[in-house]
Amino acid sequence: MRRVAVQTEDFDVGAELAALEALGGGGVASFTGVVRGEGGLIALELEHYPAMTQAQVGRIVDEALARWPLLGVSVIHRYGRLEAGARIVFVGTASRHRTAALESCAFLIDWLKSEAPFWKKEHFAAGATAWVAARAEDEAKAKGWTG
Amino acid sequence: MLKIVYFAWVREAIGRDEEQIERPGPGSTVADLIALLVARGGGYAEALADSSRLRAAVDQRFVPIDSPIGDAREIALFPPVTGG
Repeated sequence: MRRVAVQTEDFDVGAELAALEALGGGGVASFTGVVRGEGGLIALELEHYPAMTQAQVGRIVDEALARWPLLGVSVIHRYGRLEAGARIVFVGTASRHRTAALESCAFLIDWLKSEAPFWKKEHFAAGATAWVAARAEDEAKAKGWTG
Repeated sequence: MLKIVYFAWVREAIGRDEEQIERPGPGSTVADLIALLVARGGGYAEALADSSRLRAAVDQRFVPIDSPIGDAREIALFPPVTGG
């Protein structure tokens, strides 16, 4: 199972996990990213590069499939305006081995952060907006998986 | 002609999300293209003058800024990505 979705709509985490569990591997790991409503932040606006996003996320998924013995991978990334508390991203992996499921899940979210063409803009209650700056720490984490 | 697309604050500073420009000379790199755009001044200079803050893609593949344009059809200029 290989599922890549780039969409504005919300997703059902329970249904996504159930699909991975049904593969019969015995181990499912997942990560859900949610808009953090702190510091007066009311929403994030996610911009992406439509001509590139699906293919690039697909390459990241293929990299995970090449590195770990996985029965299934699901990646869902939303774009558009997402209010505080809304889900942004889901990564789920299924494997016969818990280490493969857990490691590949961490790899996928690290790579999505620094290798997928999305940009976040913060909207605050007072009306101010700010583009989120990339963190060197995130780039270092993604690079940590190479080699 | 060559299509250029912009994202995030690069798009906002330039004031448009895409445009067609005269294809730069043979052997030109993305950095050469950026220099041509910076010379326009205004929002272009504001967005693109400091190339250390920029990332690029050639035909929907991330590339280093000093990569050749070759016979690419679409160049994208944007800040480091912040998805996930």
